[in-house]
Amino acid sequence: MDRLLEIGRSLADTETTAYLLQQDFVLLGLAAIALLGLLAGAIGPFIVMRQMSFSVHGASELALTGAAAALLFGLNLGFGAILGSVVAALMFGLMGSRASQRDSSIGVIMAFGLGLAVLFIHLYPGRSGTAFALLTGQIVGVSEHGVVQMAVVAAIICGALIALYRPLVFSSADPEVAEARGVPVRALNLIFAVLVGLAAAQAVQVVGALLVLSLLITPAAAAAAVTSSPARAIGLTILFAEIAAVGGMLLSLAPGVPVSVFVTTISFVIYLACRGVAALRR
Amino acid sequence: MPGDHARGVPGPGPVIALDGVTISRGGRTLVRDLDLQIQPGEFVAVLGPNGAGKSTLLKVLLGEIAPDAGTVTVDGRAPGDRGTHLGYVPQQRAFDPGITLRGRDLVSLGIDGTRFGPGWPGRRGEKRRIVEDSLARLEAGKLADKPLGRMSGGEQQRVRVAQAIACDPCVMLCDEPLLSLDLTGQRTVASVLDRRRREDATAIVFVTHEINPVLPMVDRVLYIVDGRHRIGTPDEVFTSEVMSDLYSSPVEVLRVRGQIVVVGDTQHLVAEPFGAGHHHHDDDNDTEHGAH
Repeated sequence: MDRLLEIGRSLADTETTAYLLQQDFVLLGLAAIALLGLLAGAIGPFIVMRQMSFSVHGASELALTGAAAALLFGLNLGFGAILGSVVAALMFGLMGSRASQRDSSIGVIMAFGLGLAVLFIHLYPGRSGTAFALLTGQIVGVSEHGVVQMAVVAAIICGALIALYRPLVFSSADPEVAEARGVPVRALNLIFAVLVGLAAAQAVQVVGALLVLSLLITPAAAAAAVTSSPARAIGLTILFAEIAAVGGMLLSLAPGVPVSVFVTTISFVIYLACRGVAALRR
Repeated sequence: MPGDHARGVPGPGPVIALDGVTISRGGRTLVRDLDLQIQPGEFVAVLGPNGAGKSTLLKVLLGEIAPDAGTVTVDGRAPGDRGTHLGYVPQQRAFDPGITLRGRDLVSLGIDGTRFGPGWPGRRGEKRRIVEDSLARLEAGKLADKPLGRMSGGEQQRVRVAQAIACDPCVMLCDEPLLSLDLTGQRTVASVLDRRRREDATAIVFVTHEINPVLPMVDRVLYIVDGRHRIGTPDEVFTSEVMSDLYSSPVEVLRVRGQIVVVGDTQHLVAEPFGAGHHHHDDDNDTEHGAH
């Protein structure tokens, strides 16, 4: 309880925040989380339109498995995360585009993947804190290399979404008609699955596997509550994701709590506000 | 926009050509040795009992299923070609209520939804005009800015038909498009299709379990039962003799006040009186037309 009050008090501690903002490692962290907000905001509306929340959750748990394996075998953590979540997302993508077809299969794969992750973490001789960070997020400690990796992934995701925009919207909204019109629906499912895997792997390294949904789903769901224009939904989702990501990071500096606490809180508050606005409009 | 939106002026040849087509699914032959040429502007109704292969035939025309034998061309190309000016209206299925699309967004997917790359802002005006014109033809102008997820089934279906005509199709493939529409909606959709084929020479393939709503506009009927089929005008196909032959059991065809009624002891007879059996589909609570 005292600890909670302390966190509350330190939120008002602008001096510490200002001091931390002059540190390079904090600035690198800010850059990384701003990039994450951008890529999450760009891909989120498509995830929500395709009803893939559970796939995202599954992919991020499998990113944890990949990262834990990389940790154990002394490989690059980010690479392990990407490998794990992309493989998972591809498996989900192969299961079809309808949520009902893949629901239980995702649960099955995810449960097994988490079991493996626990094994890898158990076998890992180093600090368990590193493994714990994969669950709850660890932004401070992002290297320059990490920021570059984030930028590359953000560029890949945004570039792909711009290139695929119309056929992707078509196949997400109405797969049957899109296929009839010659849109390569199945290929798009797989490409989109890879993009989801990449996004989840990046998000895992910042907000942790348990909280990926707060950046990939919540902002998009909030935007969908207040607009039904697809372009406006993407714009709002990026805005909401940035507010949650960057805002959450800034608030977490002085109290020194994991960044995910504030990211999830802010995005949830935005979601509630949007639902409120939607209810008032009716 | 007009540059790449134009389709070829329909030539003298058929828009759809099926030559010796046999289609089997799961070890059952649905269609055997079908020869069918559909001319520009022709309205062809495809009928038959449930599971007869009507929708499968559409999937062959869409290039999603390859026939076991025979050749198929649509607008002179192999079926499934992404450049074909083809409109497709599926059976009504509700959209997710939270989907971030409005009526106009769904219609505009019909214009350039198959195209990759960023859209050109310069074309927005032209595109907007086509979208609004297509919706207006369905008397659905008010649906342009309505969220898709908040439309009734009938409203969604009208937007789907608007989408199908927005690509300036030379062929429209319709799979039970009148299901879930009320009578007003059925008449609107049927008359839009009829106008489309008269004014723009669009060939229309119309899968239905009920001939009567479209009877006045049907040129020819393809009736499929258990691997057998008959092609002809409604008057040629809807006779007691032809129907009894198709169903391999005694069937009587009656004309009651301009409507076709098929009576027989086979349970899956399909031509019902206009409007019958439709009330349970009717979730169109759109007040715009004062629907019954």
